[in-house]
Amino acid sequence: MDFSWIIPYRELLLNGALLTCMLLVISVVLGFAIAIFLAIAQVGNNPVLRVAAKSYCTFFRGTPLLIQLWLIYYGLGSYLPYIPGLKGSFLWPLMREGLFFAAVALTLNFAAYQGEILRGTLLAVPKGELEAALAVGMRPSMVLRRIWLPRAIRIGLPTFAGEVILQLKATPIVFSVTVMDLYGAAYKIRQDTLLVYEPLILVAAFYVALTFLITQVFQRLENAVPARR
Amino acid sequence: MRLEARPALVVKDVHKSYGTLKVLKGISLEAAKGDVVSIIGSSGSGKSTFLRCINFLEIPDQGSFHINGEDVEFRTGRDGKSHPSNPRQIERLRSGLGMVFQSFNLWPHMTILQNVIEAPVHVLKVERKAAIEKAEALLAKVGLYEKRESYPAFLSGGQQQRASIARALCVDPAVMLFDEPTSALDPELVGEVLKVIRSLAEEGRTMIMVTHEMKFARDVSTRVMFLHQGQVEEVGPPSQVFGAPTSARCKEFIAAGSH
Repeated sequence: MDFSWIIPYRELLLNGALLTCMLLVISVVLGFAIAIFLAIAQVGNNPVLRVAAKSYCTFFRGTPLLIQLWLIYYGLGSYLPYIPGLKGSFLWPLMREGLFFAAVALTLNFAAYQGEILRGTLLAVPKGELEAALAVGMRPSMVLRRIWLPRAIRIGLPTFAGEVILQLKATPIVFSVTVMDLYGAAYKIRQDTLLVYEPLILVAAFYVALTFLITQVFQRLENAVPARR
Repeated sequence: MRLEARPALVVKDVHKSYGTLKVLKGISLEAAKGDVVSIIGSSGSGKSTFLRCINFLEIPDQGSFHINGEDVEFRTGRDGKSHPSNPRQIERLRSGLGMVFQSFNLWPHMTILQNVIEAPVHVLKVERKAAIEKAEALLAKVGLYEKRESYPAFLSGGQQQRASIARALCVDPAVMLFDEPTSALDPELVGEVLKVIRSLAEEGRTMIMVTHEMKFARDVSTRVMFLHQGQVEEVGPPSQVFGAPTSARCKEFIAAGSH
């Protein structure tokens, strides 16, 4: 086993690891925010919103992430320059990067899965708890904010942990649109040094460590409200 | 004296059906301040539905409601039935009615204290410190001061129900509504909850209570209403309803419950 390359390549590895973490955090946080809207739309009364949210979730859960990423990168990416005003805007430098499209694809994909899970946990909150909230005079928006959503999120926590871990392990796909994430770094090191296993082992260890960290974070969140089992 | 005589609650001619099933066929109820009205009847008689119509958890098809000095405004919807026309009014009225459910319905993600201050702080916009002070006093009154930082899952059924009574009291309700408050409890826990409800009756709170506890209803009520198939079969002071009922069905029901 030869790990002598770690020192010369430390910057590449570190940047790759940071990029992986960044993509994970961005897609989970933004995806979760979108998922809340998708879930509420699906359990709500507005038929147009319900169908729209349902179709969105069906499309993004029904197609491979790789295809979504390429559709967004090659498809959407090639149309952006024709949108008037966009090319001169401050966002433009960002929008030329593969990283931008990778973040968009990961976010939209995560939102679809999370939206579907949240829909289920919203429906799993006992009706009586919502009636109790109505009975003290809360208006529907407050019931949602104070009782319904917090309860649904807590019911879903164990599942969310699993989703975030899956999301972490979906991130290496961004290398296919030129993003030098941790896997990209490992790929480059393998090319340069002709080592087959060592870079992969290091990368695998990193993903395991990150998974462990995610599990710990969610464990803490779950313990924040003690439940009797 | 004049003020005392003014009714806290006047409900007239309430109708409610689910599809073709008529659950309530014109029920009326008047409660003066300090009245304790018990609603009894076999299951399916519509007593819980009627109670839930009073705070509009069920929307009645028809009826007039005068609650806490306000007439509830209705409009006819596209389905031809009447609906409350102002959701804000319904919310305001609800916050003046304390509801206690059969299954407690405490919010499990909040401590007992948080459950109790939730409505005062977020609905009535009472200052947090004042709300906590009041909530702690109410929790002490129902014997749960020591449990204020616990989560509902760690309390017994009786404790949960007492907590939910404190939660309902914390909005200073003009009328308390109890929907079979002891029906989900183990027999040995019923007493502690009834004791709390009795103390509320004794301090002159206006209460409407759906119950299967006949002896308790007889003891604490100022009036008892017996429902049968969505209609009032018998209504009067407990001595009359339990002692000398005129309706044959009521007689039967009382006789069946007494042994």
